[in-house]
Amino acid sequence: MSDLKKTGLSSAKRRQFLGDAARTACGCAVAATFLTVYQAQAKAFPADAIRPPGALSEEEFLSACVRCGLCVRDCPYDTLKLAELGETGPATGTPYFTARDVPCEMCEDIPCVAACPTGALDHSLTDIDDADMGVAVLIDQENCLNFLGLRCEVCYRVCPLIDEAITLEMTPNTRTGSHAVFSPTVYADVCTGCGKCEQSCVLPEAAIKVLPRRIARAESAEHYRLGWEEKAKAGNALVPGVIDLPDRVPDAGGFEPVFQPGKGRP
Amino acid sequence: MTTHALDAHVPKEKKRSWVLRNRFLLLRRSSQLLILALFLAGPWAGLWIVKGTLTSSMTLDILPLTDPFLLLQTMVTGHWPELTGLIGVAIVVGFYAVFGGRLYCSWVCPMNVVTDSANWLHRKLDLKKGWQPKKHTRYWVLAMTLLVAAGSGSLAYELVNPVTLLHRGLVFGMGFAWAAVLMVFLFDTFVSRHGWCGHLCPMGAVYGLLNTKSLLRVSANNRDACDDCMDCFEVCPEIHVISPALRGKGDDTPLIVNRDCTSCGRCIDVCDLDVFSFTHRFDTQLIQPTSIEPGPRDPVTTKAMGGHK
Repeated sequence: MSDLKKTGLSSAKRRQFLGDAARTACGCAVAATFLTVYQAQAKAFPADAIRPPGALSEEEFLSACVRCGLCVRDCPYDTLKLAELGETGPATGTPYFTARDVPCEMCEDIPCVAACPTGALDHSLTDIDDADMGVAVLIDQENCLNFLGLRCEVCYRVCPLIDEAITLEMTPNTRTGSHAVFSPTVYADVCTGCGKCEQSCVLPEAAIKVLPRRIARAESAEHYRLGWEEKAKAGNALVPGVIDLPDRVPDAGGFEPVFQPGKGRP
Repeated sequence: MTTHALDAHVPKEKKRSWVLRNRFLLLRRSSQLLILALFLAGPWAGLWIVKGTLTSSMTLDILPLTDPFLLLQTMVTGHWPELTGLIGVAIVVGFYAVFGGRLYCSWVCPMNVVTDSANWLHRKLDLKKGWQPKKHTRYWVLAMTLLVAAGSGSLAYELVNPVTLLHRGLVFGMGFAWAAVLMVFLFDTFVSRHGWCGHLCPMGAVYGLLNTKSLLRVSANNRDACDDCMDCFEVCPEIHVISPALRGKGDDTPLIVNRDCTSCGRCIDVCDLDVFSFTHRFDTQLIQPTSIEPGPRDPVTTKAMGGHK
């Protein structure tokens, strides 16, 4: 009798325990689902927000950054800020800067990276010139004063890596026919994405902007080979002899090429 | 049955001064304010004593402190932190494990002020205790946050963690973080008595795990003087921790050994008969009954409370 009672009791207890556990687990599963969806949406990263120097790739960064703000505190120029909840910025609490407001001044000792306790800002970055926060892109040639033939050149002058990350390329001004256009030209391999050019652009809306590399850059197909580079590497032409394809001129029919050597353009 | 209904509001001679009846509350508020002030002295007054947030901080450029729950989330995503982060966690874990794990919850965490206020309002409005999650729920929530972090590869819980949202908001700028704080306040006031800190917060759960062997304990060493007025049960944020110590008989330890105890000292504050006091975990001494007549034990009350567990 007492045995029966005991087993009855314990099975009731077990049933209650299992019921409680199942309920809690389901509650947690619901919360986990919402949280997973929310974090996926929070990964959207606006193009004008730039991570501090040394930041890991966005995916890795979100797993490494504990959102403590130490990098923000050690930034001597108040460039960095933490994203606030409800802002249409990066994930809440993570550090970023807006180049147009305050660009990165590229401190030689990189204090923001040194302050990071988790390595979300990679401590192996020791030379700030190797930083890769993004790439400056001259995004609007129609409004850029230099492209219009004027000599503004502010973006070029303020670049910490002047003549390396950005140059002025001289081309004929076809509008006047007698002047030059000095077009600001960014070299993506050298550009650190500090944003000094974007900040200093004199237009109401900058003609040159720092964009994340994923947006700014194309990618060459893996199988492409540039003939002239291969030739330089090999020291000689890869195919011996002169390659001259036959000129394919249409047969009879009164064909007259538009361009005729010696006569100039029509 | 709730302790609430049992609170008979027996008129009692309040012989002790207001300060004495709130001494640990005042000390805790001072501690919470002082710690917040240390973080704010930099941005507000240029006095850079502590930088960062409670998540991870640097004191006087020499002492790194990092929250174990935060670093745990980072590590389950597969990221190995820098040495300063690891040292910071070692110091924090060492301190709380030795002195008292949940000291963080009642003496440091800014959210404690919010949930204490919510509970104060809850008592004033004489509300029912509402939804009471099971006692292991906080560990389920902890496991859930870590699983989501591991699964999504990001610190997903930090997008909603009211504790870090509030502290970061105070130190760096609030944004809409006040909404998260307000939600916890309303939840604790109207939905669930002691709901957040006492049942759900995974951060508190981690500090609770550090609390199993720590030194600082509240002892009901004068339990023979208890007159069952229930004042301590009324204010305790982790109500289940008191009974084993207070209702213990004979050789039962008077120490509150349950790891959920936040060592807030509120029971010491409110007890007119000085039943409780702070001590260390090896002090199991009981105060021998003195001239004070032990209050009559009302068997109905004792039974209704769950009695001697």
